[in-house]
Amino acid sequence: MNATPFVLQLLNALAALLLLLSFAMLAQRRVVTLVNLLALQGGILCAATLLLAWRTGEANLYVSAALTFSLKVCLLPWLLHRMIRRFGVYWDTDTLLNIPGTMLIGLVVVVFSFGLAQPITALASTATRSAVGIAVAVILLAFLTMITRRKAMSQVVGFLSMENGLFFGAMSATYGMPMIVEMGVALDVLVAMLVLGVFLFKIREQFDSLDLDHLSPTDEEP
Amino acid sequence: MSPLEGCSQILAVVAALVAAPLFLGWVNQCRAWLQNRSAPSVLQIYRGLRKLFHKDLLVAQGASPLFGAAPYVVFGTMAVAAAIIPSMSTRLPFAATADAIALVGLFATSRVFLSLAAMDLGTPFGTMGARRDMMVGFLAEPALLMVIFVASLLSATTALPQISERLMTQSLTLSPSLAFTAVAFTMVLLAENARLPIDNPASHLELTMIHEAMLLEYSGRHLALMEWAAALKLFNYACVGFALFLPWGAATGTAGPLALLAAIPVLVVKLMLAGVALAAIETVSAKLRVFRAPEFLATAFLFAVLGLLVHVLLGG
Repeated sequence: MNATPFVLQLLNALAALLLLLSFAMLAQRRVVTLVNLLALQGGILCAATLLLAWRTGEANLYVSAALTFSLKVCLLPWLLHRMIRRFGVYWDTDTLLNIPGTMLIGLVVVVFSFGLAQPITALASTATRSAVGIAVAVILLAFLTMITRRKAMSQVVGFLSMENGLFFGAMSATYGMPMIVEMGVALDVLVAMLVLGVFLFKIREQFDSLDLDHLSPTDEEP
Repeated sequence: MSPLEGCSQILAVVAALVAAPLFLGWVNQCRAWLQNRSAPSVLQIYRGLRKLFHKDLLVAQGASPLFGAAPYVVFGTMAVAAAIIPSMSTRLPFAATADAIALVGLFATSRVFLSLAAMDLGTPFGTMGARRDMMVGFLAEPALLMVIFVASLLSATTALPQISERLMTQSLTLSPSLAFTAVAFTMVLLAENARLPIDNPASHLELTMIHEAMLLEYSGRHLALMEWAAALKLFNYACVGFALFLPWGAATGTAGPLALLAAIPVLVVKLMLAGVALAAIETVSAKLRVFRAPEFLATAFLFAVLGLLVHVLLGG
């Protein structure tokens, strides 16, 4: 692979960094750091989009890079930080599994998603098709983050990270979705964020905690 | 075996034996500077060794022969390991008999003997240190092996000299998998050499020490050999790191004696930079609780496996 041009190497390196950040989020205990990692993931996504836009010369990608930057690097982390401050939830210690165990499961998930992406990689004709596997892995790892956390806050962060993965997948498989879809998804995420914020506020008001275990009915047990 | 090959082989071992305490002294000096203490001389380790070699040897009652043999075995394995690591030249006749996996085996042998000797007298501190060292070891070894597998996969051989030669000759590319494995290797280096996030080498607080606890019963030349072996281990790990990730500057296949001479200052510069980096890492990190050590080493393993997966997927 010595002949791959430098830009592609850089894109691959950014993809690898995205995967690494997903693992960092999986292993992170503190919610504040989790949000910062999410912002960093958005930043890397933005850099990758810019790089790809510059290489392919597609104007659409510049727009989506700007969208990514304003939404995922600035607005959403700011909203999340504000929410954390308001609820006073800086810690999220009770993961369902211990951290090394979660990371080992994460490795299995990565292998699985690489297998899953193989046919897509074979079909796609873009220069960045090898990163599709990484995008699938990022999505599944975000799922895993959501599954292994009990607190609502980190589940929200997991959800947003999943969206990052989807965006990266679309970008590397087909050089981005159509503009109108992208705009729609961005708006959806924003609205979802606001709705989730209201939800969190209500949950907090009702149970005095953000632990989602309270939501499962316990009085049905025999 | 040509005379040049013999020369580079002898030079590799002698340089490791001589330079290992110097490297440890340099790391200690950098650490002291970074922590605003007045630094000990770089030669301090030599002075300590000389003092210990002149002191009387005391062996506790009831010690088995293993207790007396362990320092020689540990020191011997480290010296043999130094012989197969291409620190200055990749033409090491000795390296043909042992590849990188055998190197990991050598490190494991020394660990087994050290731990058995520590448990031999049945003192609680020695036993505790040995158990903790075994725990760290069994977690660090898979990570180290995985690092070596990635490097072997990239260059299609498990022999260390060939790995570094391949790396030197191929064109320079941005390789995320090598970067990940380099991070993993650094973490393994810190854990295996009882450096700061896992064990504080300067601490003699009974409840926290790992490596020092195993040496509590040793005295005189036995202790000197053990400490020299520890310095050698750090030096060996640093040189493995150079061979895998920064091989540039070592004398290769067809190069003459001048290249061998030129490789010496390059190695010195690399070691000095590595010492500064090691001291910086140790200054900014706090010691982890023993039960956090599995997490630290699982992260190292994760980095190494990610390196492997990224290589398989992205092809670089």
